[in-house]
Amino acid sequence: MVDPSIEILVQDLTVRYDNDIALRIDNLEIRKNEIFGIIGPAGSGKTSFLNAINRMDEFNDSMNVQGSINFGGLEVSRVKNVYALRKKIGVVFPLPVGLPLSIYENVALSPRLSGIKDKIKLDEVVERCLIRAALWEEVKDRLHQLGSLLSGGQQQRLTIARALSQEPKLLLLDEFSIAVDPVTTMRIEDVLKELKEEMTVVLVTNLVQQVRRLSERTAFFLNGELVEVGKTEDFFTGTVEDQRTRDYVEGHFG
Amino acid sequence: MNSDKQVLVCQDMDVRDSAWYWDKFFQILMLVSGVSAIFLIISIFFFITKEGFSFFFEPFSFREFFLSSVWRPTSLSNPSYGILALVIGTASVTGFAMLLAVPFSLCAAIFISEFASVRIREVLKVLVELLAAIPSVVWGFIGLSIMNPLIIDLFDVPVGLGILNSGIILGLMAAPIMTTIAEDALKAVPDHYREAAEALGATKWQVTFRVVLPAAKNGLVAAILLGIGRGFGETMAVLMTSGHSINLPTSPFDSVRAITATIAAELGETAVGSDHYRALFTLGILLFLVTFVINLIADIVVKGNKRH
Amino acid sequence: MFGSTQLNRRNHSVQKLVSILFGVVTCLLVVPVLTIMTVLVYKGGPNISFEFLFSAPTNGMTAGGIFPALLGTIWLVVVALILSVPLGVATAVYLSEYASDTWLTRLINLAIINLAGVPSIVHALFGLGAFVIFAGFGTSILAASLTLGIMTLPVVIVATRESLQAVPPEFRMACWGMGATRWQTIRKVVLPNAMSGILTGVILEVSRTAGETAPIMFTGAAFFLPFLPQGILDQTMAMSLHLFVVSTQVPGVPETLPYSVALVLVSMVLIMNAASIVLRAYVRGQKKW
Repeated sequence: MVDPSIEILVQDLTVRYDNDIALRIDNLEIRKNEIFGIIGPAGSGKTSFLNAINRMDEFNDSMNVQGSINFGGLEVSRVKNVYALRKKIGVVFPLPVGLPLSIYENVALSPRLSGIKDKIKLDEVVERCLIRAALWEEVKDRLHQLGSLLSGGQQQRLTIARALSQEPKLLLLDEFSIAVDPVTTMRIEDVLKELKEEMTVVLVTNLVQQVRRLSERTAFFLNGELVEVGKTEDFFTGTVEDQRTRDYVEGHFG
Repeated sequence: MNSDKQVLVCQDMDVRDSAWYWDKFFQILMLVSGVSAIFLIISIFFFITKEGFSFFFEPFSFREFFLSSVWRPTSLSNPSYGILALVIGTASVTGFAMLLAVPFSLCAAIFISEFASVRIREVLKVLVELLAAIPSVVWGFIGLSIMNPLIIDLFDVPVGLGILNSGIILGLMAAPIMTTIAEDALKAVPDHYREAAEALGATKWQVTFRVVLPAAKNGLVAAILLGIGRGFGETMAVLMTSGHSINLPTSPFDSVRAITATIAAELGETAVGSDHYRALFTLGILLFLVTFVINLIADIVVKGNKRH
Repeated sequence: MFGSTQLNRRNHSVQKLVSILFGVVTCLLVVPVLTIMTVLVYKGGPNISFEFLFSAPTNGMTAGGIFPALLGTIWLVVVALILSVPLGVATAVYLSEYASDTWLTRLINLAIINLAGVPSIVHALFGLGAFVIFAGFGTSILAASLTLGIMTLPVVIVATRESLQAVPPEFRMACWGMGATRWQTIRKVVLPNAMSGILTGVILEVSRTAGETAPIMFTGAAFFLPFLPQGILDQTMAMSLHLFVVSTQVPGVPETLPYSVALVLVSMVLIMNAASIVLRAYVRGQKKW
């Protein structure tokens, strides 16, 4: 039985693309209600890690995941209803996506798919999620407009609103700020700080300062290897186990 | 309390709901639909073979079928099924059509893809598409009503139906398709090939002839092959314009009979299951196989291009 | 390698010449459409009237109208659509949304290309053997429409597949990430945004089906029928066959009659093609993402 204070327990994980090992993790714990940061240069396996958690590897023929990822007491790879699994996990990709539906329908999509038809309930969910995603004020008068025609920053917040409408236990963010302006980035960071009260957040980022602002614990991935995990502050004061971590944080390579 | 929450989460994810089952259902439904195309093409081959295959066992010898030019299935005393004249009929009409259509189509494709302005390109593409849409029977009618008198007048011959008429009409029919496919092949050549050549100081036509055309040659060959396939398989237009007698042609004004036209003209008068009936189905098998091979080759040729 | 600046001026005038040459050649390809339409309108136009379109032929097919043939073509097209559009769309959905790059997928694609390439008379033979004889439908609208539907299936498949593939993959990823099933994603996001492309394919199919002659000659269409078809097991007249017979096999036909028939047929086809072109242009202009 997994310790109830742990959200995700990873053991002996290997992710391959066509026989090339992209990621190897012996042991990793992500605790409930924390913002867990993951930093590392491009190609280190960070995205592969996220894809393994919510089983998005299913859509990539060349991707192969072996090992154990325990989420919610169940082995992720053996869950019988993978869609229910994904519903519990919100994802934010680097590229902001507004679905070509109205803004309202973007956020109402997940509740609708779960069977909720009552208009009043849907209205309430849409408003609540858009408020929490810091987008409501900007779109409340044009909810019927296409979500795909919003600006990049707005689409990213719309994505967060969609994720929130799933009422997830876990939120995965993969370099969410890459295509988004600094103001929006700040606003989303504020949102994340509030969210950790009710869910666990895994934040993959290439902005080292971002983990400093947001996460208590951080992992450093390098070339498909989990180099170390520790308190974020330690990374920045230099109290690290591995020299490579300090070098990356200090910007000696990127 | 914490472990209670855990148990709730567990149960959710391990239960398959209706959405899960619907998804599986549609997955299977779509797969069956996808496979149906294969099923259909096999059915086509199966049924034409079923009706025609027995022909190979009775009044038939390979030699006579393929090498004799005497096609006289309705003769009471001595019916014969030599298809040589028919094959030559198809070949001569298609060949003539290609002779006319290939240069025109290639030039048109080059112009549309490389030289025309955006405006002109749009207009031309629309016109080419409309040309391609004209039904076969209408082309046949054009051949009869317009081409026929024209040929009689221009060349001073008694009858204007024959290889020349069919060839021109067939050429006009195949040209739009070849133009479209050729133009696609040219457009598929990446822009940086052109840019690199222009940076070296080449003029537009040098870029086109020395760089773009060689790069697109596989697609162009495929376009020609598909045009030939189209010409080969055309029925109504050829039936109406190639003349009424079955000959080995000696001049472009001679009347010939194509394989497709033969089937169309004679099938209505045969009794189901008779020798003649089965012979016509056998012609169908021949047509099927030849177009199959042409399509296969064209597909391989195009695939070969993609490996670059 | 490509010539020095000394030759530039000469190259430029050659270039101009070549452009003009190509332009002329292209026009030669295009002049036929205009010529044909002109001749048809000139010779066949005067005959066209409301009566022509809506009354039956008389006097051994040498006079009167073309209504039964027009109606017959509509019957054939509608039934063919009902049979082939669902199958065509489903096939395209499979290829675009479910299939991965396996031998099965390649085989399916090969089958579709071949289906499109099979000569129309071979389709006619197939229709005769499979639907008229084997399935026992006899020469009927059903047999003819099945034959037509199978023949024009590739048109719908290709148009649908293209419009499905035009929907960017990010949308699907976002939906799957939310826990939507493949089918839910298709139903809610992909298919609705591909509708106009599908419609284009349907219009093109209609246009092709209306003009075909060979596949219906032996499977369900006849030239002289005294009554209109009552159901799909009846035979019917059709515009394309009507044109064929009237221009080749009926003696004593006034010169203008076949031109009028041809004009109506070509107009039907060209209007539909034009509609699909306009629809495509409209869709391209409507930016949804």
